Amino acid sequence: MPAVLIEDVHKSYGSLEVLKGVSLAVEPGQVVALIGRSGSGKSTLLRCINGLEAFQSGRIEVAGHAVDQDQKRLRELRKDVGIVFQSYNLFPHLTVGQNIMLSPRITKNVPQAEALALAKDVLAQVGLSDKFDSYPDNLSGGQQQRVAIARSLAMKPKVMLFDEVTSALDPELTGEVLLVMEKLARDGMTMLLVTHEMNFARTVANTTVFMHQGKIWESGSSAQLFAEPQTPELRNFVGAGRH
Amino acid sequence: MVTFGWPEAFFIVRAAGWTLLLTAVAFLIGGLMGGVLAILRLSRIKLLRRLAAGYILVIQSIPVLMVLFMSYYGLSLFGVELPPFFAASASLAIYVSAYLAEIWRGSIESVPFQQWEASASLAHSPAQTYRYVILPQAIRISLPPTVGFLVQLVKNTSIVSVVGFVELSRAGQLVNNATFQPFQIFTLVAAIYFAICFPLSRLSRHLEKVMNASRPH
Repeated sequence: MPAVLIEDVHKSYGSLEVLKGVSLAVEPGQVVALIGRSGSGKSTLLRCINGLEAFQSGRIEVAGHAVDQDQKRLRELRKDVGIVFQSYNLFPHLTVGQNIMLSPRITKNVPQAEALALAKDVLAQVGLSDKFDSYPDNLSGGQQQRVAIARSLAMKPKVMLFDEVTSALDPELTGEVLLVMEKLARDGMTMLLVTHEMNFARTVANTTVFMHQGKIWESGSSAQLFAEPQTPELRNFVGAGRH
Repeated sequence: MVTFGWPEAFFIVRAAGWTLLLTAVAFLIGGLMGGVLAILRLSRIKLLRRLAAGYILVIQSIPVLMVLFMSYYGLSLFGVELPPFFAASASLAIYVSAYLAEIWRGSIESVPFQQWEASASLAHSPAQTYRYVILPQAIRISLPPTVGFLVQLVKNTSIVSVVGFVELSRAGQLVNNATFQPFQIFTLVAAIYFAICFPLSRLSRHLEKVMNASRPH
C-alpha cells in the first residue's frame, strides 16, 4: 500500500483553480521532490496532504488516514505526518527542548522522562545536542530549521512533508539543513518535498515531479527526468535553473 | 462648622481603598468576561463571533454611566434592589469586559498565523493550541495595553459616586459639602489618584519597552 495516495485532486480559491486533477502515489521509503514555478500548485498540493488546505474533489490517503476536514480525524493523521515550513515556525516562547517535548507530551501523553530522552535523541540526529536550553531567537536560521525538523521527528511520523524548507536561508546555511534531510532519506523516511534545490532533488529524491499550471506536467525517476526532460516547459524550467 | 483636618483627610484616604477594591473586582470579573469574549470573537462559529461582536459594539457605544443607571435604577423598577457596591462593580465589569475583549482579540490576532498552522500540524487541538502556543505569546503582547487600560479604569471608577457609593471622588464631595474647602480637598483627591495611576502608567511604559526589546526578529 502506498504511504501517500493522491487521486484526481481538484482545488480552487474562488474561481481560481490551483490544482486541476492531480494524482500521485508515494511508496514507503520513497523520496519525492515536487518542483515547478511559483504558482504551479506544488505547495498547495503538499498542504492538502496534511489537511492545512481543504480540496474540493478527489481523494488523498496518507499513512492509512483519509484526509478530510473532520478535526478529530485530522489530529490522528497529523500524529503520523510531519511538516516542516519555510519559516521554521518554532514556538518563540519555549526553549528548543520544550518545543520538541510539547507535542509528544500533550498529544500522546508521553511521560516527561521519556519525552526528555526522545528530545535529546532527535536533537542529536540533527546535530544540535548543545542547544537544548536555547531559545529559538538565539539560533541561526539553519539551526532553527534543524530544530523544526527535530520537533517533527519527535512525533515519530511515518511521512514527512517539507515545504521549501531552505528558501528562507542564506546559501551557507542551506547545506546543513539539506544534510539532515539527506540522512533522513537514507534512514528510510518517506518524504515529500517542495524544493528549489535542483541539485538536491536530482541526487537525493528517487522521484521528481514537475508541476505546471496546477497539473503534474511530467514525473519520473529524478536521474532520468533531469537528464532528458520530455516537455518544453520542463526543459525551460531546468535550463533556467542552470543558466 | 467643620474644617478640613486629619479626620477628614483620613476619611478620604480610606475611601481610596474602596476605589482600589472596586477597580480590582471590576478588573477581575471584567477580565474573565473579556477573555471569553475575545475567544468567542475569534470563534470558528459565525453566530458566536457575531454575538460577541454585537455585545462589544453596544457596550463600547454607550457611556458607562448609562450602564450604571440601567443596572441600578432600571432593575429597581422590577423590584430588584441592588446594593450600590454590587451595581457599581457589575456595571464597571461590563464596561471592562468590552474593552479588554478588544485589546486581547488584537493581541491574539497579532500572533503570526503560522504559529496556528505549526501547532495544528503537530496534532494539537484548538484548545491546546490556545493554551500552549497562542495565549503565552498573546499575553506578553497584551500586557502594556492592558495595564494602560487599568489606569483608565481606576479613574473611571469615580462615576459610581452617582449611585451613592462612597469611593474616592464621592468622599471628596462629602467632605467638601461639610467644610467648603474644595481646593485643599480635591487637591488631595487628585494626588491620591495620581499616586495610584502614575506607577501603573510607568509599568505600562516599561513593559512596552521590554516587549519591544525582546520581540522576535
